[in-house]
Amino acid sequence: MARNAQPVRTGTIAGPVAAGTVFALILAALVAVAAKAELPVRFGPADWAALRFTVWQSFLSALFSVLFAIPVARALARRSFVGRRVLVTLLGAPFILPVIVAVMGLLVVFGGAGWVSQGLGLFGLPPLSIYGLEGVVLAHVFFNMPLATRLILQGWQAIPAEQFRLAGQLGLPPPAIFRTLEWPVLRQVGPGAFALIFVICLTSFAVALTLGGGPRATTIELAIYQAFRFEFDLGRAAVLSLVQLVVAGSAAVAALWILPPIAAQMGRGRPVRRWDAQGTGLRLLDATWIGLAAAFLLVPLGAIVGSGVPGLAQMPAQVWQAAWTSIWVATLCTVVLVALALPISIWLAQTRRGGAEALTLIGLAASPLMIGTGWFILINPFAAPADLALVVTALVNATMGLPFAVRILMPAMRQVMTDYGRLSAGLGLSGPALWRIVILPRVRTPLGFAAGLSAALSIGDLGVVTLFADNDRATLPLQMYRLMGSYRTEAAAGAALVLLTLALGMFWLCDAWGRRHAEG
Amino acid sequence: MRGGDDMLKVDGLHIAQGDFELGADFAVAKGQRVAVIGPSGAGKSTLLNAIGGYIESTGTINVNGQDVSAAAPDRRGIAMLFQDGNLFPHLTLAQNVGLGLRPALRLNPAEQTRVRAALDSVGLAKLGQRKPGDVSGGQQSRAALARVLVQGRPLLLLDEPFAALGPALRGEMLDLTSTVARDTGATVLMITHAPEDAKRAADQVIFVDGGRAQAPRPVREIMSNPPEALRAYLGS
Repeated sequence: MARNAQPVRTGTIAGPVAAGTVFALILAALVAVAAKAELPVRFGPADWAALRFTVWQSFLSALFSVLFAIPVARALARRSFVGRRVLVTLLGAPFILPVIVAVMGLLVVFGGAGWVSQGLGLFGLPPLSIYGLEGVVLAHVFFNMPLATRLILQGWQAIPAEQFRLAGQLGLPPPAIFRTLEWPVLRQVGPGAFALIFVICLTSFAVALTLGGGPRATTIELAIYQAFRFEFDLGRAAVLSLVQLVVAGSAAVAALWILPPIAAQMGRGRPVRRWDAQGTGLRLLDATWIGLAAAFLLVPLGAIVGSGVPGLAQMPAQVWQAAWTSIWVATLCTVVLVALALPISIWLAQTRRGGAEALTLIGLAASPLMIGTGWFILINPFAAPADLALVVTALVNATMGLPFAVRILMPAMRQVMTDYGRLSAGLGLSGPALWRIVILPRVRTPLGFAAGLSAALSIGDLGVVTLFADNDRATLPLQMYRLMGSYRTEAAAGAALVLLTLALGMFWLCDAWGRRHAEG
Repeated sequence: MRGGDDMLKVDGLHIAQGDFELGADFAVAKGQRVAVIGPSGAGKSTLLNAIGGYIESTGTINVNGQDVSAAAPDRRGIAMLFQDGNLFPHLTLAQNVGLGLRPALRLNPAEQTRVRAALDSVGLAKLGQRKPGDVSGGQQSRAALARVLVQGRPLLLLDEPFAALGPALRGEMLDLTSTVARDTGATVLMITHAPEDAKRAADQVIFVDGGRAQAPRPVREIMSNPPEALRAYLGS
């Protein structure tokens, strides 16, 4: 008997094609890298050291991020105060903060000549040293502790208000609340947050480039860069890239099933009314944690602004040129990302689960430097890689942002198809009309957020471009890194302020576009 | 059955969803208003969704003499109103109605006039530029009916689109539906829970129970002498 009409779906091949293109780009890089790797593989003591350091710093970064996030999230979950919303929103800021800008801020505060060291000097104590393991972990905690806080806060805020009402009625003391309500959630969310941060830190490059280095503090990602840039040993870079893929890939696979989803509004809901923890001591404790977290976040940000303003006048003309370059790289990246993310997310939203997870896996496991190395090898015989540095940077950035964008868009896409799929099908809406009239207006808010995120990540990215760029071409983060490397600290601080403004500005532009006319 | 006069004819229709199964063989004559009643979970909604082409089924579905079993929902000569989500919240009422004429929404002046006339005839002449969120539930229902009006499809399926309205408003909407159906010459299948709705707005009743959709019978006959299963459902 004839099979009757299908359930509602947008019949397009754009999704599989877009996803296939991304796969092919990554696979081509991988094959190019593998072909260059020399056999038998030599894995020297320096490589082992890099591997050990990569895993160890990721472990410590994830551990401290989650440990400090717990009391901060707990304080935020059970207190309601003026500025709470702003603070929770600010917890999202490190995510779009260019790494090198944050490093600059951390150096001003915690560096050898930084504020804290000067304070210690007053008491005759030696200055801090934040180069090496301490610095790398500090920077990673700066970036990821807020993320962990939001994930845990999100989990606790999802506990129904009725349960806290019941707890209040029974007069449960804070330890009992922790045992019965908070701990079960923490046990679910905590390992996921730890795993996510661990995997993110495995492929961290810019932090290691600026604060690490040397035999005791080189990550695999940094070792790829050094093999490539200083020794021009493509064979060794290739071997290290494969090691990176195996390490990050297996960690991502292991972590995949406990990775938490990432949402735009994460942890931004109203606090649940709670009746516990009203004692003065606990209030003081929570206030301390919130204050410490806010200071840890805000003081380095303030330092960037404070030291950047006088630096603006010191900046060489190349900074403005680089800023312009960065704007178009980020724009190209965002356009490509949106063009890929829309068809892929609507496709995955209509297929069974698993697709998004697989995509996330690639995003987390494939290191940008590995892809960059691969494409350098592929391009090299035909053209000067430096000529294509910016395009490749934009494309690799788009690939890296894709898993986040798809994860952000997919729930909204699913919602559209659930709510309006039948209506659209019944009216014969399909193809461009379906996108224009139904899908885009309904997913505008998450689309703006995803585009803003990708623009900010791209404009602040200091990764692939370091492999490709020559002296004539630089993005703003690279230009800033060069200024820092030549000890033009004030000019670098000025560039940091420009970069910070651009990253936040591009994010705001896209996000505001998404929110405008966003309605029921 | 007088084959040529059937608006809807289902033969060997079979729907399977997990443990749930529903079979149907019946025909509905042109111009009839048919109430579909039955206990919740019996498969009323499933039946209409299968006829509309929104869920998979086997067997044949004929609408207006055409076999539409494999056609897309918009190619079946059917307009359907769902329990909710009948209007796009980000479009104005006029745009929502306009979608019934042209899915790409680029209407020519004559079509715009038709949209205005349709809004006028359901009493929404002044509200075309409002969005669904800015009007009442009853006005939203009217806008959806205005779209049905411009669609001009020969078969109209109603999956309790007025369930959220109060009894008085619901009655009003059922009357308006009858008017719209009369004006467009449409045959109507409507799911309802209330026997008084069936009496008010239907000529025939299809009773769905025990995995079968029974053939339609005149509403007066079935209400005055309900079969055992229907009596149990109605509680009379």
